[in-house]
Amino acid sequence: MNYVILAHETDFDGWRQAARTLVLDGVRPEDVTWSVKGDEELFAPADAASPSRLPAGTFNVPARFIELARIAILHRDRERFALLYRLLWRLRGDHDLLDVATDPDVISITAMAKAVRRDEHKMHAFVRFREIGREREARYVAWFEPEHHIVGLAAPFFARRFADMPWSILTPDLCAHWDGFAVSFTPGVGKAEAPSSDRLEETWRRYYATIFNPARLKVKAMQTEMPKKYWRNLPEASMIKPLIAGAAHSADAMIANAATEPHKAQRRLEEPMRRKTATAADNLETLREEAAGCRACPLWKDATQTVFGEGPSHAPIMLVGEQPGDKEDLAGKPFVGPAGQMLDRALIEAGIERKQVYVTNAVKHFKFVPRGKIRLHQKPSTAEIKACRPWYEREKAAIKPVLVVAMGATAAQGVLGRITPINKNRGHLIDLDDKTKALVTVHPSYLLRLPDADAKAREYERFVDDLKMAAAFLRKSARAA
Amino acid sequence: MDVQRKLEILADAAKYDASCASSGTEMRDSSDGKGLGSTAPGMGICHSYAPDGRCISLLKVLLTNACNYDCLYCVNRSSSNVPRARFTIEEVVKLTLDFYRRNYIEGLFLSSGIIRSADYTMEQVVRVARSLREEHHFRGYIHLKTIPEADDALITEAGKYADRLSINIEVPEERSLARLAPEKDVRAIRRTMGRLRLKLEEAKPDEKAKTRPSRFAPAGQSTQMIIGADAADDQTILATSANLYGAYRLKRVYYSAFSPIPDASRALPLAPPPLMREHRLYQADWLMRFYGFEAGEIVEGSGWLPLDIDPKLAWALRHRDRFPLDVARASREELLRVPGFGRKAVDRIIETRRLASIRSADLGRLHIPKQKALPFIILSDHRPSPALLDAANLAQRFKPKAAQLRFDF
Repeated sequence: MNYVILAHETDFDGWRQAARTLVLDGVRPEDVTWSVKGDEELFAPADAASPSRLPAGTFNVPARFIELARIAILHRDRERFALLYRLLWRLRGDHDLLDVATDPDVISITAMAKAVRRDEHKMHAFVRFREIGREREARYVAWFEPEHHIVGLAAPFFARRFADMPWSILTPDLCAHWDGFAVSFTPGVGKAEAPSSDRLEETWRRYYATIFNPARLKVKAMQTEMPKKYWRNLPEASMIKPLIAGAAHSADAMIANAATEPHKAQRRLEEPMRRKTATAADNLETLREEAAGCRACPLWKDATQTVFGEGPSHAPIMLVGEQPGDKEDLAGKPFVGPAGQMLDRALIEAGIERKQVYVTNAVKHFKFVPRGKIRLHQKPSTAEIKACRPWYEREKAAIKPVLVVAMGATAAQGVLGRITPINKNRGHLIDLDDKTKALVTVHPSYLLRLPDADAKAREYERFVDDLKMAAAFLRKSARAA
Repeated sequence: MDVQRKLEILADAAKYDASCASSGTEMRDSSDGKGLGSTAPGMGICHSYAPDGRCISLLKVLLTNACNYDCLYCVNRSSSNVPRARFTIEEVVKLTLDFYRRNYIEGLFLSSGIIRSADYTMEQVVRVARSLREEHHFRGYIHLKTIPEADDALITEAGKYADRLSINIEVPEERSLARLAPEKDVRAIRRTMGRLRLKLEEAKPDEKAKTRPSRFAPAGQSTQMIIGADAADDQTILATSANLYGAYRLKRVYYSAFSPIPDASRALPLAPPPLMREHRLYQADWLMRFYGFEAGEIVEGSGWLPLDIDPKLAWALRHRDRFPLDVARASREELLRVPGFGRKAVDRIIETRRLASIRSADLGRLHIPKQKALPFIILSDHRPSPALLDAANLAQRFKPKAAQLRFDF
């Protein structure tokens, strides 16, 4: 039998060195007995100590094992050293062992590491500092009873969080202290060493009592996350019993008591969310206000808002797209997404100033289906295009443009009032009424969707050519006027 | 009125907001020696639990419970006779710091009744956060309630100081909000959520850009829906959630069973809160976000989730033709749809099955409830009898005995 005596409860380096030596010497797990100094195995020979001699040779273990072992060794279970050695021994023949989630040794070690991490987390949560002295002279001292050997593991968290105040966390195993510069450790002490009260604890208890909703009593859920063993060091825990006892009564009272008449008259100092009132002079503004509440088809329901047109009220040219997209729906403005950027570029190349242009859409709500975290664009139906058409017509009547450019099939259908194939009708002006011409072209988002770079460049050129035709017509009609 | 009394009134007024999360934000600490506080890695920290089973992570208070609005379901509605109070900016700041130094909390969740106007109210809320961050260099967690229709500059500033912003959608259906909360406007709420999403996306660091965009609520935005105050069924609720997740990329939709409040209006169902329904909705929400389910397939037919069995089991019972599933071969997506299989268990199964075959005795080791899963799966030593999956009384096996059903609905 090989006896190993580690220097202290969390002596990972000692364990690692001993385990390395034992593995290289071919010592089987069942032939090793592990213990900690001061708590030695009864039958350990007097000369049993950490081996200092290192045999030649090397072997590898997965980095994950080392991480796991560093944490699991902090568990209070005395069997942990032997379990870790057995795993190490088995890992040499089976490098993927840790991936076998159904292996009993892997289950044990994972459970140990998990228990340590949970205890660390609970220490971060349940330490309660008590103030000694006031203001600039204050020190903060806490008493905590961890389940495992986690004080060293948990202390850096407090140092990073409470860097500007001197604190100590006292525990029966080990005490941690922060002086504003470094964490230091001293041996464990008794509870009597810690302060017994704090001036804010009564306020905290009141908060705890009020934030509790007596109509939703779920004592088990509380105890799963805050087991009773922690209660004795939590100042608020003294409230738990009376709160549970009074819960049913206060919940029933809320249900039974009728609402009282309001004492004071209901009067508002200021109208909340006051909306702009429309003025008769500003026709486009009136339309915009009216369209904001449009319910002519069901698309409003799932969308954020009506995306109305934008641009000068007497623009000579009106650009009509299909419908707002994801970004337009959020911003409430047409053509602000990627298609809008492409349109801006093409307008500049065609020599059309943005301030000459009024942009709008044939359908003014975003149509989509939700797919997890994205919204998939859906083509509007004929019914929806029809329902939305009056807005376009009223916009056109207010603006009186000389030219309407319909971009894409939906826009062409909205503008011309019938299904119109793009390619057959693009490249020439169409009479819309006696004052207005129409021009049909593709939608800029069509260009974005083309997968082939050459096709994209070619189609973009055609799109710019269409816009150039619009620009030429504008110049001509401006001269005529 | 002393601060302690104010705290009682203003915490009581805030407790119907379910969220107390302090997770998912950027990493910060005070190890530079200037200021106080840090954020917790991963899941956030719950510093205590109340007997209602809810986590206490943040100091959750209202700045004032005076309110212009008269929302029937709300304890702070203007026609209620609850006592009113208002904190000064300094009082909230000091209370937050005092609680924080004692390790009672992760930070502050500040909301407010609407007083004067949306902008005035939002500005008061922002002032608290500004004082904590700029004057006291507070590095802990801050959650601010966003007031719909508040000025863009105020929202930008709120996002600069806060980790999370939220606006409550309140009830799943627009027409019930119009009835229950006449001054609230779903369209204004949605527009503001839309603005928040645009700002959140602008603030995402771009790998190519040299300058870092200005900070905006690194823990994102969330919302809350009250369950049981109106007649909306579960299908409507889940469809609304799916819409909100997709449209505004919310981190969370919180479901809050409508609970009796002091001085409650008689226009509402004054009954114990439907806690089991709330629980089933959270399960369904999880199925949508982490298990690849669409809102439409979770609730089919009646529009309601069953209360006695969980929604995934209910789905599996409706789709028995997809089972039994061979655990050794099934895809991740398929495994996620097996009753009793959690996400972690599925990860472990996929790792383990490369190296070892999975037997029925292993289910317990993988923390999978055996009785629930076995009828739906094939293991190396287990194959359910075809008659079992076809049996009309299969559903009966999973239902709790009548005596255990204690939830009023």
